[in-house]
Amino acid sequence: MLILHCPYCGVMADETELAPGGEAHLRRAGPESSDEEFMAYLFERENPRGVHFERWRHALGCGKWFHAARDTATLEVFGTYPAQVTEPPEALLETIREKRPGWQWRDLK
Amino acid sequence: MKRYSAFAIVREAFRQHTGWPRAWASPEPRERYDVIIVGAGGHGLATAYYLGRNFGITNVAVLEKGWLGGGNTGRNTTIIRSNYLQDASAAIYEKARSLYETLSQELNFNLMFSPRGVMMLAQTEHEVRGYRRTAEANALQGVETEFIGRERVKELCPIINIEGPRYPVLGALWQPRGGTARHDAVAWGYARACSDMGMHIIQRCEVTGIRTEGGRVTGVSTTRGDIGCNKLGIVVAGHSGVLAQMAGFRLPIESVALQAMVSEPVKPCMDVVVMANTVHGYMSQSDKGEMVIGGGADGFNNYTQRGSFHHIEETVRALCETFPIISRLKMLRQWGGIVDMTGDRSPIISKTPVENIFINCGWGTGGFKAIPGSGWAMAELMVKGESPLAAEFGLNRFREGRFIDESVAAGVAH
Repeated sequence: MLILHCPYCGVMADETELAPGGEAHLRRAGPESSDEEFMAYLFERENPRGVHFERWRHALGCGKWFHAARDTATLEVFGTYPAQVTEPPEALLETIREKRPGWQWRDLK
Repeated sequence: MKRYSAFAIVREAFRQHTGWPRAWASPEPRERYDVIIVGAGGHGLATAYYLGRNFGITNVAVLEKGWLGGGNTGRNTTIIRSNYLQDASAAIYEKARSLYETLSQELNFNLMFSPRGVMMLAQTEHEVRGYRRTAEANALQGVETEFIGRERVKELCPIINIEGPRYPVLGALWQPRGGTARHDAVAWGYARACSDMGMHIIQRCEVTGIRTEGGRVTGVSTTRGDIGCNKLGIVVAGHSGVLAQMAGFRLPIESVALQAMVSEPVKPCMDVVVMANTVHGYMSQSDKGEMVIGGGADGFNNYTQRGSFHHIEETVRALCETFPIISRLKMLRQWGGIVDMTGDRSPIISKTPVENIFINCGWGTGGFKAIPGSGWAMAELMVKGESPLAAEFGLNRFREGRFIDESVAAGVAH
């Protein structure tokens, strides 16, 4: 079973008390955006085979949204971090680079 | 190709079965093909088959990183139906279902197509209204379905519990010509026919890169060397995103695990397929006597072909309630497959931003039933640049907001 550490209440939460929220760090398309940008924001997903950043909600716990970094090919969890950020913390990225040499996230700017 | 027949069985019986040839060849890859299909599952092989059968294109290679039909083609619950709400869906699924009717004869390979009937239970008032609407839509689309009452449900499937307590059965959407087929045989039958037309099916050949020149595909790099092509078809289900990334574009797809299981074999007790979408489980009985059980998909991205235990628990709980008779059955096997989910739960059969690369994906939790129709449409799209069956399923529908919304129409499982 997938177990994630909730960065708010500190609980090691089982998958059954969590609700998945899809890919993290999507940038919302604004009013001036083109159809392509809206399509990318609404539908297109990284869907990587490997390191993935995603949103989770501690639905049956404290109820808060948070972020997790996970490997979709091995199910290894690299870490979790709070929701109020636009990109993953540098320390976490460093951990991932150590474990997955050569890995880089395509689009974080 | 040596034809399979009753006569051939008798003949081989007299010579210790030494005369059966290999069903398909395992050739070394050539340097170049007219068309390369990535993925030797049902959809990929069907695409290759209809390229040859309908358009006479036989200089085709089908590349497969694992073994033939070892992905979702061998991992589904073999249900075939076409009772979809939207016109575009009904058209392609009904095309597939009608092709299944005669496919065994056409391929000279027994697919064990069994049109035993599929019923989708209505267990809430909402579902009753939804399925009545689908039945009306199907009548207009020329798909034979009917909304039946609870007594008829009990008559067709005596082991079902229609009394609840949580969700009493209120009726069902019944498609008498839906059913099941032997899933491996579909891949094997198409592979044998493709090989017979001179196509190359190359297993254990993983595509590691896609080569392009001036926005146009020129070939692929594989674990068995570079192979050139004029046209490339990507038909890799759960790994579509990985291939798209190699070609330099993104897809509106997320890959998640979907699980299924079979029980120990028991005497025949159920001769229809039952889907219970409210409680989230579906079941049929295989020819071997095993109860074949499927349920819901996981909610998070996953490429491991194994899913979460609590989904199995939910499915089994739901089915024990619907079929109390199975509560003491032991489960033999459980497995997972990686399904490619789109936002509107409808497939993508489309051109891509790279010229001469075509993609067929997004079948999500319900691709098996569509294999012949999907291959038919994909082959036509690759040759002519358009196909009436695939017209609505383009990638551009996400930009234009023309969704083919089957997620609402079908509840959960489809």
